[in-house]
Amino acid sequence: MESDAAVEISGLNFRYGDRAILKGINMRIPRGSIVAIMGQSGCGKTTLLRLIGGQLQPTDGRLVVEGQDMNTISSDALYKLRRRMGMLFQFGALFTDLTVFENVAFQMREHTDLPESLIKDLTLLKLEAVGLRGVRNKMPSELSGGMARRVALARAIALDPMIMMYDEPFTGLDPILMGVIAQLIRDLNSALGTTSIIVTHDVQESLRLVDYVYFVSEGVIVAEGTPDEIRASKLPYVHQFVWGEMDGPVPFHYPAPSMQQLLTGNSLHSW
Amino acid sequence: MLNKLRRELESIGSLSLDLISGIGAVFVFLLLTLRYSGTSFQRFSLTIREIFYSGVLSLIIILVSGLFVGMVLGLQGYETLQTYGSSESVGVLVALSLTRELGPVVSALLFASRAGSAITAEIGLMKATEQLSAMEMMAINPIARVVGPRFWGGVISMPILTAMFIGTGVLGGYIIAVLLIGVDSGAFWSQMNAAVDVSHDVLNGLLKSFVFGLAICSIATYQGYSAAPTAEGVSGATTRTVVSSSLAILALDLVLTAFMLKG
Repeated sequence: MESDAAVEISGLNFRYGDRAILKGINMRIPRGSIVAIMGQSGCGKTTLLRLIGGQLQPTDGRLVVEGQDMNTISSDALYKLRRRMGMLFQFGALFTDLTVFENVAFQMREHTDLPESLIKDLTLLKLEAVGLRGVRNKMPSELSGGMARRVALARAIALDPMIMMYDEPFTGLDPILMGVIAQLIRDLNSALGTTSIIVTHDVQESLRLVDYVYFVSEGVIVAEGTPDEIRASKLPYVHQFVWGEMDGPVPFHYPAPSMQQLLTGNSLHSW
Repeated sequence: MLNKLRRELESIGSLSLDLISGIGAVFVFLLLTLRYSGTSFQRFSLTIREIFYSGVLSLIIILVSGLFVGMVLGLQGYETLQTYGSSESVGVLVALSLTRELGPVVSALLFASRAGSAITAEIGLMKATEQLSAMEMMAINPIARVVGPRFWGGVISMPILTAMFIGTGVLGGYIIAVLLIGVDSGAFWSQMNAAVDVSHDVLNGLLKSFVFGLAICSIATYQGYSAAPTAEGVSGATTRTVVSSSLAILALDLVLTAFMLKG
């Protein structure tokens, strides 16, 4: 029987050389849901997204995406799977030598034999969906950061993906644009039934948007639950993260010798 | 003393290993590029676009340099040949120097600096700004879509640029020797025509430039694709492209010349 999960992860470990990035990750993302993966910068969130997208291979553990085991998937099968996936990169990753229109039409031209007139209509529809039909002839360098992110979103949804991955979609956006992007994610989810995985550290906006949250710290899932459960959580790490407290389980200071040791000259060699 | 010697030997060994693994990595990347070259020919418009960026935009520097090199050869050649009373042979000297050596080598060095560095910087920046990752996530192979057309665009451009370099070089030699110094025009062309052999001189020269093109484009695409995704990484990769390509051109020239003279 086919599983109702778009992504299933069990006992996943990932290392860069000797450095363990992800340790014993277990996760289940149901089809059609919006799930957030939260945590500090450098905790392994984006690595997890790249593992789901097949850009990295797990060191060990099981990772299944749309019924495909990512440990044993062939190159051809991975490329077929990726045609049903979309990814919004943190800074858009628009092709700088192509116009906005050409960027959004890129996948249609590469993967389909659709007539040019249909590609034009579909591209304009995607741009209309993100409110940027009017900039279709501009180059990416002429767009603001928020506009580039919206064009990148139009490009990512060009082939109506079953799974959408968002890498820090709210970073560096003003509150209006943040709301616009959140609304677009919600609309996409309800219109196409797309499974959405959002990697973010923007807590309040994400908690309003998602169905379920995983908290990652130092490569381990330290908490999970619905947005209400997360808001009510008494776990010190989650509490510090959700309410933006300066000190807590995550210290303000990066580990270093004490100031007293430095002033008395006992640890000058460790400067 | 013994320790110092050991350290020196270790560093020589380490450098040698780095060099061999570097050459190996470029070669493996070349094989990968060849494997995914289908797109470059099935959608030839992608390659034509790169021929424009690598070839057409390098024309000015190639033509101007060719003209000056030919003029200098004309001047130096006339000065030396006059001593032996054979100043009419200046056309032969200019043509043979250009077709056999200076044409392929100088145009390849210029191409590595002008187009090779641009290819590395472009691919490296595409990597740094996640454009290559985005392409992968769209189920499009970046080696087929980005690297292949740039590689073949450069390889196709190189012999054409070399031919143009040689042509303008000969013209430069003619301007100096015939128009300015007054060497007989008929002698200039007829001696050149008699001495220059199409297969032995011209085709061998173009074969050299094709091999140089392969080397430059392999190094340039590999350096861009493997560059660290930072500003420093891209600038380092661009420098490595120019240095490695220049050394590869000179080393390959020695090997190819030895084989061609023997043949």
